[in-house]
Amino acid sequence: MATDGQKKVVVIGGGIAGMEAAAQLARMGYDTTIVEKQARTGGNVANWDHLFPEGRLAGEVVQQLYQKLSPVRIITGSSVKKADMLEGQYILTLADGSVLTTDALVVSTGFRTFDAHRKEEYGYGIYDRVITSADLEGMLNEHQPLFPGRHKGPRRVAFIHCVGSRDEKVGNRYCSKACCAMAVKQASKVKELYPDAEVYCFYMDLRMFDRRYEQMYLDAQAKSGVNFIRGRLSEASEDLQGRLVIKAEDTLMSKPLKMTVDMLVLMVGMEPASGARSVAEMLKIPVGHDGFFNATNELLEANCSGTPGVFLAGTCTGPKTIPETIADARAAATAADAYLRKKS
Amino acid sequence: MKLAGKKRIWADYQKEIPQDNYFYVRSCIRQNFFPASEVTFLRILRQELGKDIYEHIHHTTCSGIGYHSDVIPLETTMTVVARQFALMTEAGYENYACSCITSFGLYSEILETWKHFPEVLEKVRRDLKAATGREFEVPKHLAHASDIIYKMRHEIASRARYKLVNRYTGQPLRVVEHIGCHYSKMFPSKGVGGAEYPYVLAGMVEAWGGEVVDYPERRHCCGFGFRQYLVQANRGYSVANTQKKFESMAPFKPDMIITNCPGCPYFLDRWQYVIAEMEGKTYGENGFGIPVFTYEEVAGLVLGYDPWDLGLQVHQTAVEPILDKMGVAYNPEKKYLGKDGQNLGHPETPAYSKVY
Repeated sequence: MATDGQKKVVVIGGGIAGMEAAAQLARMGYDTTIVEKQARTGGNVANWDHLFPEGRLAGEVVQQLYQKLSPVRIITGSSVKKADMLEGQYILTLADGSVLTTDALVVSTGFRTFDAHRKEEYGYGIYDRVITSADLEGMLNEHQPLFPGRHKGPRRVAFIHCVGSRDEKVGNRYCSKACCAMAVKQASKVKELYPDAEVYCFYMDLRMFDRRYEQMYLDAQAKSGVNFIRGRLSEASEDLQGRLVIKAEDTLMSKPLKMTVDMLVLMVGMEPASGARSVAEMLKIPVGHDGFFNATNELLEANCSGTPGVFLAGTCTGPKTIPETIADARAAATAADAYLRKKS
Repeated sequence: MKLAGKKRIWADYQKEIPQDNYFYVRSCIRQNFFPASEVTFLRILRQELGKDIYEHIHHTTCSGIGYHSDVIPLETTMTVVARQFALMTEAGYENYACSCITSFGLYSEILETWKHFPEVLEKVRRDLKAATGREFEVPKHLAHASDIIYKMRHEIASRARYKLVNRYTGQPLRVVEHIGCHYSKMFPSKGVGGAEYPYVLAGMVEAWGGEVVDYPERRHCCGFGFRQYLVQANRGYSVANTQKKFESMAPFKPDMIITNCPGCPYFLDRWQYVIAEMEGKTYGENGFGIPVFTYEEVAGLVLGYDPWDLGLQVHQTAVEPILDKMGVAYNPEKKYLGKDGQNLGHPETPAYSKVY
C-alpha cells in the first residue's frame, strides 16, 4: 500500500526483466506494481529446464527473483488496455476495468519464441518428431523420455540453429543471440542423458560471444561428442518408419547432405511479445521494422522510450541473454529512479 | 504425420478461383505428350459442368520455355504475355486459365513484377501497342487449370462412375501427388495449399476416394528441370533425379502418380522405361511400373470416360493395372486404334518393364 507522498511505478510484464526491475524499484522505496498477462510471473525462463553456461536450474533462478518481490504488488492474468496522462501521472485501465495510477512505467513485455510452423519446410506440427528448443526445455523440465517407443538402439538427433532468426524469408533479419549457446547446452544435455545418441548441430556460424561460451562449445565437441555441421537445413520429411529425413548442405565440405534422424530440434529465435505492438501504440513507444522497441539513444539511453516516464527493460528492445536482461532491467530501474527524483 | 498440421497450412493457402467464364490457353507441349488431357479438361468443363470456357485461335506460346532456358529476355516475354492478355481482353474475359505450369509461374511472375513496378507495365503497354496495335487489361484472376478442377472436385465426385478405390480390397488407392515446380515454389500464395504441402492435387485425390502418399523425396524435381533435359549433356541428371524419386516412393507402394505439369508426367512416365532398360528395375507391382497420370486424365477416369479417348495408350508405363484396380471398363483390342478406327501401330515391347 502506498504511503503518503510515495511515488508509484507500474511494470508492464512480469518476466525476469519485469521482476528484476520491480524488485529494484521497490528496494529504492517506490510503490511498485507488476501487471502480467499470464497467470504467473517468470515469463519464458519459467518454462526452461536449466540455463547455460553452468547448468543452473531455471526454476531456481526464477524463484530467487520472486523472493525479492515481497514488497511488490503483482497482478497476474491481466493487461493494460488504456493509458491516459493526467497531471503528470498515468491513469492505466486494466483488462478487468480496474484503474491504476502511476508516476512512471517500466515496459518489459519481453519476447515470444518464433512460431516454427512458419518454417513450413521443417515440418513442425506435421511430423511427430520435429520439436522446438522450447518444447525440448519443457520435456527436460518434466523429465519426459525424449524417445518414446519400442526402438532401443542408438538415436540420432539434429539441432537446427537460427530458426526464425537471420532469415529474410520470415522477415527476421536479426540474430536472436541466445540460441547458439542454448543449442550447445541442449545438445550436450541430450548426450548426457543418452550417451549412445549421435547429436548434430547445423549452424550458420556459432556466435559464442560470452567468455564462457567458447569453452562450453569446445566441451560439447571434446567431452560430449556433439557434431557441428556448418549448413542450413533445406527440408525435412518422414520415412516409412516415421523417422525424419533431413537435407542440408555441409558448406565446409561443399557437399549436399541427407541424414535420417529420430528427433529434429528447431532452435527458435525471439520475436517481440504478442501484445507488444499495442503497448507501443498506447504509450507512443517507437517500434523498429523488426517489431522490437526503439530506445531514444541506444548507446547512452538504452532504457528511455522517448515518452516521459516510460522506460524499457529486457528483451522488448531486442534479443538478450539472461545476464544481459537482468542488467538491462536494473538500468531501467535506475533510469526510472532518476526521472522520478527529478520530477519531485 | 499429423494431418491436422497439413490442414492448418492448407487453410493458410487458399486462393480465389473463379467459378465460370474462363479464357483458356493451352500448353506448347502437352498435346504431344498427353494428347487428350486438354481436350478432356474442356469436355469436363463444358459438357459435365456447363461452364463457359473460351479458346482463341491466335494464342501463341507464352515463351516460358525460352525464358527459362535463357534464350529469350524477360522484356520480350512480357510483351508476348501482354499480347495473350490482349486476346483475352478483346474476347471480353477477365479470368485467365492456363494449362501449362511454366506459363502459370511465368504469368504469376510477370503480374507480380507489374504490381511492384508499374512503370514496367506501362512500358509493356507502349511496346505492345507499337508492335501490334493491341491494348490489354490485366486479368482479374489467374488460375491454373488444375486450380479449376480442384475447385470443381466435389462436383466431379458427385458425377463419378469410378472411385480411386481398389475394387479388390476396398481400400483407397495410394496416390503420389507431384506438383510442377512452377506452380507454387516461386509464389507459394498463388498455389492451393502453398509450396511445401500443396493441396491442389491432394484435394482431388481425397475427393475422389484415394489416399495421398507422403514420402521423403516428395518435393524433389521430377527430372525435367529445363537445363537438366534441354542440354543434352545434362540428361544424366534428369534420369538420376527421377530415379531418386522412385527409389524414395517405392517403399510406400503407391498405386499411381497424379501430376499437374506438362513435364512431370512425361518424365516420370518415360524415365521409368529408361531406368528399367538401364538397371533392369521396375517400381510398380509384379514387374510393372507405377502408372503416371495428368489430373485431367484422372478426372476423366473417375467420370467414366473411355481410357483410350483419354489418350492413355500413349503412356509408356502401362496404365492397365490402375484401370483394373478401379474397375474401369476398357477394350484392349481398341487400345491402338485411332479415332477413325485405323490401327496406329504397336510400340515395341520393352525388355524389362511389363506391358499389357
